Amino acid sequence: MSSHTYDYLDGNAAAGELSKIFAMDVTAAKGQCAHCGATKRFAEAHLYMLGPGVVARCAVCEHVLLRLVNVRQRVFLDVRGMTYLSLDAAQLEASSDLDA
Amino acid sequence: MGIISRGFSGRHGATDLKLPPGQHLTTDFPVLSAGPTPHVSLDRWEFRIDDGTDVLRRWDWKSFRELPTENITIDLHCVTRWSKLGTSWEGVSLDTMLADVKTDASYALVRSYGDYTTNLPLNDLMNKQAWIAFQFDGKDLAPEHGGPARFLVPHLYLWKSAKWVRGITLMHHDRPGFWESLGYHNCGDPWREQRYSGDE
Ligand SMILES: [Zn+2]
Repeated sequence: MSSHTYDYLDGNAAAGELSKIFAMDVTAAKGQCAHCGATKRFAEAHLYMLGPGVVARCAVCEHVLLRLVNVRQRVFLDVRGMTYLSLDAAQLEASSDLDA
Repeated sequence: MGIISRGFSGRHGATDLKLPPGQHLTTDFPVLSAGPTPHVSLDRWEFRIDDGTDVLRRWDWKSFRELPTENITIDLHCVTRWSKLGTSWEGVSLDTMLADVKTDASYALVRSYGDYTTNLPLNDLMNKQAWIAFQFDGKDLAPEHGGPARFLVPHLYLWKSAKWVRGITLMHHDRPGFWESLGYHNCGDPWREQRYSGDE
């Protein structure tokens, strides 16, 4: 049987998709897994991107943290798998300083 | 062992192949997974049919493999736009597995090891439309393609053919599965190009 062997990428691979939605860099944020409670940088998540959508999973317990699907002109985003995302607001202040 | 041939393989040459709209042909067998490949040992494998409350039927690997099997040749259509024609499988028909199940449920939620789910009307699993396959191309089904056993529902997009199946929950009310709950079509008929929610 011919097949590609494929496992996961790290969370940085979702940077492009997520930057279309969020003003801040989510891959640099810390997220808490709603299943096991582990708090890690999103960049450390395990990313499955070859299927019908993007699936990010907890690096500790493999439960789904985030799902993203592009449906023609809409983006569907599910972040139920994270209790919170903690983002560095200094980033935003830096970019608003640039705007001013 | 019954032999069922579906689709176009073996009856037409490569020149008059017909694909569902928006699909292209592949001879490869891409592996598309929403998570890590579960490695389920046969002595721990189990398949259950339940109604959300009670377990109605239960098979371990030995009793599952004692069920009558069928060789089927089917076409696969993935919503990511590849189609693979004339694939050969051995499996157990869902007609066989549901034969002694008394239910007035109309919907099924298929469950997998690794927590993947997909929903279908129960009618789509009956009348020689769905199988649980354990061999591909004459060999035991490899884990990356859904082994030990996977669903095959070839008249629908491949995300409905759940890999690593562990059971079915029969339901009176429909409940969206993993992709159906995030923008994908509830039915997923490739010939009607039902890719996304909102497609007719
Ligand atoms: Zn976790």
